[in-house]
Amino acid sequence: MSLTKTLVINGLKRTIVLDDPRVTLLDLLRERLDLPGTKKGCDRGQCGACTVLVNGRRINSCLTLAASLDNAEILTIEGVAQGEQLHPVQDAFIACDGLQCGYCTPGQIMSAIGLIQEAQAGDDAERVREGMSGNLCRCGAYQGITQAVLDAQKVMRASKQQEVV
Amino acid sequence: MKSFEYVRPTTVREAVAAASEPGSAYLAAGSNLLDLMKGGVVAPDRLVDITHLTGLDRIETLANGSVRIGALVRNAELAHDAHFASHFPAVAEALLSGATAQLRNAATVGGNLLQRTRCGYFYDAASACNKRVAGAGCDARGGDNRLHAVLGWSENCIATHPSDFCVPLVAFDTVVEVEGRAGKRDIPLDQLHCLPADAPERDTVLERGDMIVAIRLPAAADRFAPHSRYLKVRERTSYAFAVVSAAAALRLDAGRILEARVALGGVALKPWRAREAELLLAGNQADAALFHRAATAALVDAKPSGDNGFKIELARRIIVRALSLAASGTPARVAALPASAFASGVTHHV
Ligand SMILES: Cc1cc2nc3c(=O)[nH]c(=O)nc-3n(C[C@H](O)[C@H](O)[C@H](O)COP(=O)(O)OP(=O)(O)OC[C@H]3O[C@@H](n4cnc5c(N)ncnc54)[C@H](O)[C@@H]3O)c2cc1C
Ligand code: SF4
Ligand code: FES
Ligand code: FES
Repeated sequence: MSLTKTLVINGLKRTIVLDDPRVTLLDLLRERLDLPGTKKGCDRGQCGACTVLVNGRRINSCLTLAASLDNAEILTIEGVAQGEQLHPVQDAFIACDGLQCGYCTPGQIMSAIGLIQEAQAGDDAERVREGMSGNLCRCGAYQGITQAVLDAQKVMRASKQQEVV
Repeated sequence: MKSFEYVRPTTVREAVAAASEPGSAYLAAGSNLLDLMKGGVVAPDRLVDITHLTGLDRIETLANGSVRIGALVRNAELAHDAHFASHFPAVAEALLSGATAQLRNAATVGGNLLQRTRCGYFYDAASACNKRVAGAGCDARGGDNRLHAVLGWSENCIATHPSDFCVPLVAFDTVVEVEGRAGKRDIPLDQLHCLPADAPERDTVLERGDMIVAIRLPAAADRFAPHSRYLKVRERTSYAFAVVSAAAALRLDAGRILEARVALGGVALKPWRAREAELLLAGNQADAALFHRAATAALVDAKPSGDNGFKIELARRIIVRALSLAASGTPARVAALPASAFASGVTHHV
């Protein structure tokens, strides 16, 4: 059995033929589309390393069946920078030391972008920590991560305001 | 993972027909089902993907005032729906205390109700488990059972139902709308999940092909909104299942309780409605002594199923705390740490 579907991945429309219905979105990205930026930590929904945005919402790609997606817009870590210009969240992770080994970082960054879009946390560090609790960091870079999310959010708000003006 | 046939019906009727074939399972977000399939705990021959069905993703207020929530509404969407959250704040708080933002963005209402137990032996295909294989035995008896049931368990199974969402829902008399081979029917949520007794392999009263299409919260439930809380004790403050949780809701008139709702999570194989406590509370002045009596009444039948006697005392205290919090009023906004006993403002002891 093969399933043909169209997905928009990092802004590019791609036609995908799935020969096996068991493929998760995570394995599709990493093993079939040459997008290994999204990481596999636990493969069971417990670590957040595989976080990507599907239609603007952060989800765990390891527990998402690729077959069930159609015409979905998927944003992965490979698609967040504009050429050489990093995304404000990426900049903030570097500036705040929001990483050590870096394995959890793509998931952290995608989760942070999702969190900022959800606009539930505001400038409350406790709400940011709770909102980021689905992303574990084995190196314990949590303090830097929380600061990075708060800082990036400020920068993104300011540049949005500039656009309006 | 065993391979399977993937089918995507376009109507509920087609979905029911496909899922009525032996070996079929409905696929919603898959956040529980795929996990179980990866571990070889379940191995369906056919997945019936219902996520593309239309009309099941709405939150609507019906003419009689009850609120109907489609089975495909995502947990996060429901929790953040301002109208819903203001009418059913304990439900929103319970949802936000469950899993993570990523999982709540995916998880559906129907899938949350039907998620399977988190008993470690159920998850481990190499262990004996009556729920996984009827008659196989139960390795949780005499095993690692700190987190297992203290109410409604049997010698055959001591597991708990892990959902937070279901706890306030059962307190508010939620009804589950089911469509199956014989048409539509309503099942009170309190009667959806089966206690283990002699047949722990059976999770719910649903029959092959039955699909949850929606749940309904009766109009009367939103009168509790000013005094409704969910409280959840976990091994860590976020991203963990409940050790014990409680939903408490009151209708108050000048300090006197007109009506009370109490339910427990993490204590039994179903969300546990504590009607004895509710009866004791109604008609009385809301104070700490009354809350203690009600909590004790809720747990008279509780008994340890292993190394978990502590859960009985914990449940008693959680009920008292949840009732006190409910009496002091629903906060304007869910705390930064939803349902946590450590959330700012709720650290006092009763
Ligand atoms: C790491 C982790 C932590 C978690 N923590 C919590 C927590 O703290 N609290 C909590 O409450 N939950 C928690 N969950 C569980 C989560 O809430 C469930 O996985 C989720 O709600 C399931 O919804 P779903 O749409 O993904 O269902 P699926 O996985 O798609 O389905 C679950 C089951 O329901 C059946 N099903 C689904 N929809 C229907 C329908 N409409 N009709 C009939 N059958 C249907 C499926 O066949 C399957 O058997 C956690 C999960 C993970 C992975
Ligand atoms: S407690 Fe229930 S689910 Fe756990 S091993 Fe025993 S029978 Fe299986
Ligand atoms: S790899 Fe998906 S949550 Fe760990
Ligand atoms: S930076 Fe190493 S796991 Fe987070």
